[in-house]
Amino acid sequence: MSTQALFGQLLVGLINGSFYAMMSLGLAIIFGLLGVTNIAQGAFYMMGAVFSWLMLRELGIGYFYALLLSPILVGLIGAAVEKTLLSRIYKLDHMYGLLLTFGVLMFTQGMFIYWMQTAGRPYPVPPELAGGFNLGFMYLPKYRAWVVLASLVICFATWFAIEKTALGRTLRAATENPALTRAFGVNVPALMTIGFGVGVALAGAAGVLAAPIYTVSPLMGADLIIVVFAIIVIGGMGSILGSIVTSVGLGLLEGLAKVVYPQGSNMVVFVVMIAVLLVKPAGLFGRER
Amino acid sequence: MKDARASFDPVTLAAIAAAAVLLVGAPFVFYPLFLTKVLCYALFACAFNLLLGSCGLLSFGHAAYFGTAAYVAGHAAKVWGLPFEACLALGVMASAALGAVFGYISIRRQGIYFAMITLALAQMIYFLALQLPFTGAEDGLTAIPRGKVLGLFSLDDPLVLYFTTLCLFVGALMLIHRITHSTFGQILRAIRDNEPRAISLGFEANRFKLQAFVLSAALVGLAGANKAIAFKLATLTDVHWSTSGSVILMTLLGGLGTLLGPFVGALVVVTLENYLADSGLPIQAVIGGIFILCILLFRRGIVGEAQGWVETLRRRRAG
Repeated sequence: MSTQALFGQLLVGLINGSFYAMMSLGLAIIFGLLGVTNIAQGAFYMMGAVFSWLMLRELGIGYFYALLLSPILVGLIGAAVEKTLLSRIYKLDHMYGLLLTFGVLMFTQGMFIYWMQTAGRPYPVPPELAGGFNLGFMYLPKYRAWVVLASLVICFATWFAIEKTALGRTLRAATENPALTRAFGVNVPALMTIGFGVGVALAGAAGVLAAPIYTVSPLMGADLIIVVFAIIVIGGMGSILGSIVTSVGLGLLEGLAKVVYPQGSNMVVFVVMIAVLLVKPAGLFGRER
Repeated sequence: MKDARASFDPVTLAAIAAAAVLLVGAPFVFYPLFLTKVLCYALFACAFNLLLGSCGLLSFGHAAYFGTAAYVAGHAAKVWGLPFEACLALGVMASAALGAVFGYISIRRQGIYFAMITLALAQMIYFLALQLPFTGAEDGLTAIPRGKVLGLFSLDDPLVLYFTTLCLFVGALMLIHRITHSTFGQILRAIRDNEPRAISLGFEANRFKLQAFVLSAALVGLAGANKAIAFKLATLTDVHWSTSGSVILMTLLGGLGTLLGPFVGALVVVTLENYLADSGLPIQAVIGGIFILCILLFRRGIVGEAQGWVETLRRRRAG
C-alpha cells in the first residue's frame, strides 16, 4: 500500500469525521434542549447542500455566500418545523419526538426525490480553493484542507458560544432545568425554537461543505444519520468536546479501514459501537442514563 | 387467575367473528396475492407490536429480522431446494438467532438510545446483504420457487397461497395474544410501566426484555420468510431502514398495543402503497405526511381511537 493512498484515505476520514462532528453537535444541542432525537438531521444536511446548489444554479450566488445563507435558510425551516410540529409533543414520551422527526425525514426526502430525482448533481469546487499542495508524502487538495479547517472553526465556535457566552449560559440553564429557567423570566419556548434552528443549521453547514466533495442528491443524508447515531451511542451526548473527539476519531478509523479492509469500512463504526456497548454500555464520555 | 381467553368481551368477539368472515371471503372478491401481501406485513407489524406495545421497546431495526428471514428462506428454497415448511423454519431460526444477538447488545441501553442502537445494528445487516455473495446484492434473490404446502398443494395457486398465509397469520396472532395475556406478558407490561419497580420486585428486567425481543424477532422472521416465498423475492428493500420505519407506521396508525391495530395499519399502508404506485405521487412523502398527522392528531391509532369511542358510548349508556 502506498503512503499516498493511506494519507489520502485518512484525509477523507478526517473530513467525514468533521461532518459527523457537526451533525452530532447539532443533535446534542437539540436533544439537550428539546429532548428530541432528531432523525431528520440527515435531511437538513441534504437541504444545506441542495440549497447551495440551487443558489449557484438559479441565482448565481457563489460558494462563500451560500456557506452563510444556506445554513441560515435551513435553520429558519428548522425553526418553522419546531414551532408548528415539534412544540406540540414535548409533554409526551421521548419516543414520539424520534417518530415525528422520522415523519419529517420521510416527507422531506420524498418531496426532494419527487422534485429532483435521485441522480447526483455535481457542485464545482470554488475557484479560490481549487488546486492543492504537494506535501511530499501526499497531495493535499486545497478544498479538502479548507473543509477540515472550516468545520473545526464551526465546531469550536459552537463550543465557545455554548460554554462561554451569556446566551450559552441561558441555553445550558434551560437544558438543565427548563421550569426554573422560565421562572427567571427567560422565554424558554423561544429558546427551544432557536436551539432547534441552530442545531439543524449545523447540519446544513456540513451539507454545504460536503457539496463539492460528494455529489448533491436527495439521498445524501439518509445513511449518514445512522452512522452519526452510532457515534452518539459510542460517545454519549454529555460532553461537546467528547462528541467532537469521538466523531473525528471514528472518521479517521473509517478512513484507515478503507485502506486495510475496504469491504468492512462502512461497518467499522457499528462494530466499534457493539464493542463499546459490551464493555462500557454508557458510552465513552457518557453517564449512565 | 382467570383464564386469559375468557377475558374477551362481546364487542371484541363480534369484531373477531366479522374479521374471520371477511378474511375467508376476501380472496373471492379481491386479488389474493395482494391480500397475501397484507397478511405478511400485518404479521410483521403484529410481531413488532409485541415488543413496542407490551414491552415499550421501540426497535428501529426490525427490517433486519424481516429481511434476514426472507434471504434465508429464499436461499433454502432456491439453492437447497428444501420444502416450504423447512424454509419457513430456517427463516424463523435465523431471525431468532439474530434477534438474540442484537437484543443482547441493544437492551444495554434504554429509551431512544435503544432505538438508535437497533437502527445502527440493522444498518450492518443492510451492508452485509449488500456485500455477501448469496444475497444477490442489488438484484436480490429472484424467482424463488414456492413449492408445495405439506407436500400436497402447490403454492402457485393463489388461493392455496392465501389460505396458507392466513393460517400462519392466525396461528401467530393467537400465539401473540396468548403471550401478551400470560403472566410473562404481565411482567413485560410491568417493566414497560416502571422498570425500577419491576426490578425491585425481583424480576430480572433484562432477561424478560431479551425474551420478548427474541420472540418478536422470530415472529417477524415468519412474516419475512412467508413474504419471500409468496412473492418469490427477497431484496435489499426488505432489510432497509425504510422498511423498519414502515412497520412502525403500520403499528402506530393501526393502534399501538392493540391486538388488531397492526393488522388494520398494515392493510391501510399496503393498500395506500399499491394505489400510490400507479398515481405518480411521491409515496415516501405521503407516508411521511401520514406519519406526522398520526402522531399529532391520533396517537392511539385507528383501532385505539375506535376502542375509545366504544368505551365512551358504553359509559354514557351506563350512567
